[in-house]
Amino acid sequence: MAKIVIDGVTYEVNPNNNLLQECLSQGLDLPYFCWHPCMGSVGACRQCAVKQYRDEDDKDGMLVMACMTPASDGTIISIEDEGAKSFRSEVIESLMISHPHDCPVCEEGGECHLQDMTQMSGHNYRRYDKKKVTHRNQYLGPFISHEMNRCIACYRCVRYYDNYAGGTDLSVQASHHHVYFGRHEEGTLESEFSGNLVEVCPTGVFTDKVFSEHYSRKWDLQTAPSVCVGCSVGCNTAPGERYGSLRRIVNRYNSEVNGYFLCDRGRFGFDFVNSEERLLEPIQRKQGKAELLTAAQIEVSIQQFSSAETIGIGSPRASNESNFALRCLVGDDNFYAGCSDAEYESLGVILALAADAAFHSPSVREIEQADAVLILGEDVTNIAPRIALALRQSVRNKAKELADENRIPQWQDAAVRELAQHERSPLSILSPAVSRLDDVASERIIDSLPNLIAFGHQIANKISDSAATAVSASSEHDDTLALIAQQLLRAKRPLIIAGNSNGGELIKAAANIAKALQEKNDDAGIDLCLLVPEVNSLGMGMLVDPANKLGAALARLQDGDAKRLIVLENDLYRRATATEVDAALEKAEQILVLDQLPTRTTAKADIVLPATAFSEHEATYINYEGRAQLSFQVNKCQKMAKPSWRWLNAAEHIDDLVQRCCNEAKGFTKLSEVLPADNQFVAGMKVPRQSHRYSGRTAMIANINVHEPKQMVDDESIMSFSMEGVPSQKDSTILASSWAPKWNSNQSISKFQDEVNGELKQGHTGILMFEKSTSVGAYFEPPVNSLTAAEKQLHLAFGFQIFGSDELSARCKPIQARMTDAYVGISPEDAQSRNLVQGDTVTISGTDSNVTVCIRTGIKTGTALLYCGEGSLNPAEFSEFIEIEKCEKQSASLGMRNLILSDLQDEDKSS
Amino acid sequence: MVTKPLTKNIDMSRPPLDIAAYEANEGYRSLHAIAKGLNPEDVLQLVKDSGLKGRGGAGFPTGLKWSFVPMGENSPTQKYLVVNADEMEPGTFKDRLLMEGDPHLLIEGMIIAAYTIQASKAYIFLRGEYTVSEQVLRKAIKQAKEKGYLGKNILGTGFDLDIIMHTSAGRYICGEETALLNALEGKRANPRAKPPFPQVSGLWGKPTIVNNVETICNLPGILSYGVDWYHGLTNGNDHGTKLFGVSGKVKTPGCWELPLGLPIRELLENYAGGMQDGLELRGFLPGGGSTDFMLPEHLDITLDYDEIAKVGSRLATGTMIILDDKTCPVGMVGNLMKFFAHESCGFCTPCRDGLPWVDEIFREFEGGRGTEKDLQVLHDHVTYLGPGRTFCALAPGATAPLGSGLKHFKEDFDRHVKDQRCSYKH
Amino acid sequence: MSKEVIASTATKPRKLSAEEIAEIEHEMTLYPDKKAVGLEALKIVQKHQGWVSDESLLGISKYLEIPAADLEGVATFFNLVYRQPVGKNVILFCDSVSCWIMGCENIKAHIKDKLDIDYGETSKDGDFTLIPVPCLGDCDRAPVMMVGPDLHRNLTPEKINTIISDYSSK
Ligand SMILES: Cc1cc2nc3c(=O)[nH]c(=O)nc-3n(C[C@H](O)[C@H](O)[C@H](O)COP(=O)(O)O)c2cc1C
Ligand code: SF4
Ligand code: FES
Repeated sequence: MAKIVIDGVTYEVNPNNNLLQECLSQGLDLPYFCWHPCMGSVGACRQCAVKQYRDEDDKDGMLVMACMTPASDGTIISIEDEGAKSFRSEVIESLMISHPHDCPVCEEGGECHLQDMTQMSGHNYRRYDKKKVTHRNQYLGPFISHEMNRCIACYRCVRYYDNYAGGTDLSVQASHHHVYFGRHEEGTLESEFSGNLVEVCPTGVFTDKVFSEHYSRKWDLQTAPSVCVGCSVGCNTAPGERYGSLRRIVNRYNSEVNGYFLCDRGRFGFDFVNSEERLLEPIQRKQGKAELLTAAQIEVSIQQFSSAETIGIGSPRASNESNFALRCLVGDDNFYAGCSDAEYESLGVILALAADAAFHSPSVREIEQADAVLILGEDVTNIAPRIALALRQSVRNKAKELADENRIPQWQDAAVRELAQHERSPLSILSPAVSRLDDVASERIIDSLPNLIAFGHQIANKISDSAATAVSASSEHDDTLALIAQQLLRAKRPLIIAGNSNGGELIKAAANIAKALQEKNDDAGIDLCLLVPEVNSLGMGMLVDPANKLGAALARLQDGDAKRLIVLENDLYRRATATEVDAALEKAEQILVLDQLPTRTTAKADIVLPATAFSEHEATYINYEGRAQLSFQVNKCQKMAKPSWRWLNAAEHIDDLVQRCCNEAKGFTKLSEVLPADNQFVAGMKVPRQSHRYSGRTAMIANINVHEPKQMVDDESIMSFSMEGVPSQKDSTILASSWAPKWNSNQSISKFQDEVNGELKQGHTGILMFEKSTSVGAYFEPPVNSLTAAEKQLHLAFGFQIFGSDELSARCKPIQARMTDAYVGISPEDAQSRNLVQGDTVTISGTDSNVTVCIRTGIKTGTALLYCGEGSLNPAEFSEFIEIEKCEKQSASLGMRNLILSDLQDEDKSS
Repeated sequence: MVTKPLTKNIDMSRPPLDIAAYEANEGYRSLHAIAKGLNPEDVLQLVKDSGLKGRGGAGFPTGLKWSFVPMGENSPTQKYLVVNADEMEPGTFKDRLLMEGDPHLLIEGMIIAAYTIQASKAYIFLRGEYTVSEQVLRKAIKQAKEKGYLGKNILGTGFDLDIIMHTSAGRYICGEETALLNALEGKRANPRAKPPFPQVSGLWGKPTIVNNVETICNLPGILSYGVDWYHGLTNGNDHGTKLFGVSGKVKTPGCWELPLGLPIRELLENYAGGMQDGLELRGFLPGGGSTDFMLPEHLDITLDYDEIAKVGSRLATGTMIILDDKTCPVGMVGNLMKFFAHESCGFCTPCRDGLPWVDEIFREFEGGRGTEKDLQVLHDHVTYLGPGRTFCALAPGATAPLGSGLKHFKEDFDRHVKDQRCSYKH
Repeated sequence: MSKEVIASTATKPRKLSAEEIAEIEHEMTLYPDKKAVGLEALKIVQKHQGWVSDESLLGISKYLEIPAADLEGVATFFNLVYRQPVGKNVILFCDSVSCWIMGCENIKAHIKDKLDIDYGETSKDGDFTLIPVPCLGDCDRAPVMMVGPDLHRNLTPEKINTIISDYSSK
């Protein structure tokens, strides 16, 4: 701790920080642009100038940039000094020279950091009366709009996009006052994290194109704290609604999970909520005709379903409450997993490991702290994108270490990068194909799945003899494997990542590695991050009895052992083979499906009950690390959709349901801790979802009725559908949209953090659900060598796409604009021997699936990487090996033009 | 006794000396001293004792700068020497003379500097437009290599050195030492934050010293003839000789090697031949485009770093630009402002957006449209762009002629506003 | 591991010539980092092609695996990298302070008259492109300019006439 004096007041500060960080951490207002809490300082904008004094006798002082000056003990500065103030206002004057002043038509208006800082700096009148510099804008794809004239050249966009997120197609061009931030030519921004530009840019250069199409001011959006349902990371979001439609999603800070950033799936994959296809009425089908059901009829039907003969199939994309309500309705024995049997099996392994004292499941922030990482088999960018962004930060720990050695403060961003050059903490990737993280990888092995599994066991064995080794087909990688083992052993915080996208064996190998490390280091749990595909895969997994696989449910139906079926928010045709599902559904006497959108499963239902989407109900989900998080309702669904749990349980208050889940479901004891405490009501008033500036309320439906409607009542939640009430200014759990006096933009978040980049004041970051046992489990045995491929057969591995592999986001137009067809990736050799060229269509033998061929140089010969597209192929249909044959039919509908791969075979090289 | 160590070999009417002729005239003597056992610490001490100050503009003591380079076992093995030959400051024309006139002197100096910090690689960052210097230097480097003065195990000392010629793709800011490093690394030439200084983390993050051509050219003399000789070259406070240039409407503009401490009047009258007929001296920039105007009343001040600083200007590059009474001071400052505005790298706000405004105002003045309000803006920018406020020294450099120009030639500025025309134009 | 360079482009990269590649490969031996060679490659390509077209820039990007956006950022920063076609001879005309004092404006007006071009333009016959350049470091012989690699000093309108006719035939 150090003591510094700011405007005569002494503060205790962290000397490793800079003065700007400390001023903000102390709650003081000091304007800035180029600095960003996650990206450190570069000193470009000169906005954070303060007066620094040598000692108490120094009356003149000198201007310094707070962001570039360490908060070392004894520092004396003044923010309020007239010289500093006038300099700061002159900086704004400079920035405004060519700014178009188009706030009224600018999407950033009202949440614009430039507006805030302009006000704060006190620059009021324009003196510049000469010509402004103007720029041409670029088309940047379906997500982001570009308006370069608003640019104030803070360099944040390129620093974020290139340095932080590893993008390659955005740069600063030209120089002096003509600097330009864009692509080298027009085209889609390729980074999976491009959407954060909207929030990183302090003004309106990069704006949310999806939002623009249906725009509303920040203060006119009804907002609540929510959780992204795009994948198992569970990033915290703040969706905004107006006129009953969901308009946008922005980041909501959670220091342990997503911090300041989301991925593009999470940000742009929400408009299925507004889809015209939405199921909004409860219907019953009789002789092919759909009839609207009354509330009474529904109650009767639900009653009929609550018999021992009913099977309930849960859902990894539905909340704990909905899964639990279904389980209660059908009984524990009749409640089955809503995922493929293979996936469920691996889920079981993951849940078992979660209790093992040898491991720790790291949060996203903890992942950033890893100083040696091994990824075993997962394509992290396409499975759990936000974690890929965290891994890009983890490799920088080496740079930070070097900086410490050279006594360069870690926040000196450019200097630290310069010092470290290409030095990175080790990140090794073993996977069936090239991945988007390869540019930061130190060691790279591409091989077939069986070999990867064997390699994993070999690494474990190299770390500790107690782990059984495995034989692999080749010894070509022995040195690399030894090196990886060494790196992990040497690391202070090693991290192993695996997941169940290609079965459970890789998970076991990964666990062995972590266990070996734990044995050697005698550490507390080794970071073992196991990825699962969906938002509540773990929650569902915890609620289902291990024996209750989907296959068993389908078999019971087919055998006639069960007669009725309730399917919770699930398309069974993605989970088991069509033959199995058809056979089961055929036999079922009555089928009830709850969902948001029509699927092949709802098409077979006798009763369809419309379920609310993530933004329309309160719910808890459990993310990949076992963190339970509460997602509030943003707005009431104005049609007849209800939360699934409400259809299944008409009477119980949500809080009671949660409480009952705590009491009854194994592993859920702590769930109720995510609920806001009663003491967060101020004077009995609720927290408003609408801002105090929410406008037009009296006129919103004036075209229908001139009387202002009564505000909707929410008796389930601590939040109200209203602007009245007391905003929860300092409580993270119910902080929907951060705002503080003078701070209208997202930068206001620092007012709620206990220090810059720190935890939010009060509240919690979610509740970790897993109880650790005190014991360490045994090592897994490597699998017995599986079958070898017959001639012409290829080892199958599944590939994924951030835009397309997730069911709900794939039904959103902006995401669809980035999707590609299903494809099978093969090596040039395999293509040649089968006479295939780029873009050919092939049939996968034994199925009637046609897919496009994608020839990739970064795939092992003998392996086929199959991306199933948006539901066009059913992964359950394929076995360990596949054969492909050229077919004349064209399969493509979306085409492959959106495919962003670094290893696509080049026509130049192939000829 | 050698009195003109920098230019003794230079005669621009013939090609520069080749290596044999250079050696015949006591060239590369310093290398033999090194071969005989002068170790890096000794050289560093000599350079410190000589009192040599950087000739690139800032006048920072060279020995002191070198002493910040981490040496010894735990220091990074790769270190770099970079010669700043980017000469682009308006009115500066001295390094070109040295490189075109006596390339081996620079090479010898580089070997000394590199040896001192044990840098095995040295880059010459040469202004791209200096095509003759490039040819001459390339040829000389080749000769030195053939002679064994460059390459592996130089003269049996175990010291290796390669000199690599880098021609700049052009920008004044590349002369700023940290921007130069970025340019060498193939990046946009934005300056870097200091600290960390290049001596600690420079080129590719390795310890690096950057020195001006002329600074380096001082080294062979210091090693060959000793510190006492070096001190004996001058009478004033500063040591050694320096290249001084005069441009503008004088009778015989040119560049001469003279001892530091010479009165300005002597340079102007004895060497530059005084003002052209019919013209009076109005003022002058003593050391290139980013120094403050001095006035005829300052002619008796000596060309000495401290003396010139006392009257609010800087010796800087020592190349003087003369303003005569028939040339418009507003136009002259305007010309400089156009230069600085264009050469801003675009990184920090005041410089990037402030200088173009200043530039535009000068264009208004030129077009007879300048206003009182514009004048106020100019005055404001003198402080706004001053030292400590911008990221590097480019913009403060621009405020030197701007601020001093506004002060010393106030009546000219006022007249432009009042008359709405430039009275120097006919 | 190599940087993944994936930015999709509408423009097709030009295959670099063997000579260009040989020179780029030589530069590779002089710098420890590929990025530095990127800037050198731009200069090399310009030497051979006269300027750096989009296609050439992409060609370098592909050859060196440096993102096109980064190369563009560098190419557009430096004065001597031409991202537009130039004439056979590039006139780098010094208009900095000493040359200005010595009357370079008149010389420029004369060039403009003779060739009917302003800064940044190329004469109709494609012989000359006129570009202003900061101080050429020959202030004692102002006004000065360069034509291609050659420096011309103490310029007068008459001298300009000779220079232009000399180079026109080249
Ligand atoms: C905008 C700017 C341009 C500069 N240009 C040059 C230059 O062309 N040549 C030079 O030697 N120093 C130049 N300098 C000074 C260098 O930054 C640096 O101080 C110098 O190269 C150090 O060498 P020295 O210690 O030998 O003087 C420039 C500085 C600034 C701020
Ligand atoms: S990483 Fe996953 S949870 Fe986070 S925003 Fe992206 S899709 Fe949503
Ligand atoms: S925030 Fe400090 S200079 Fe930009």
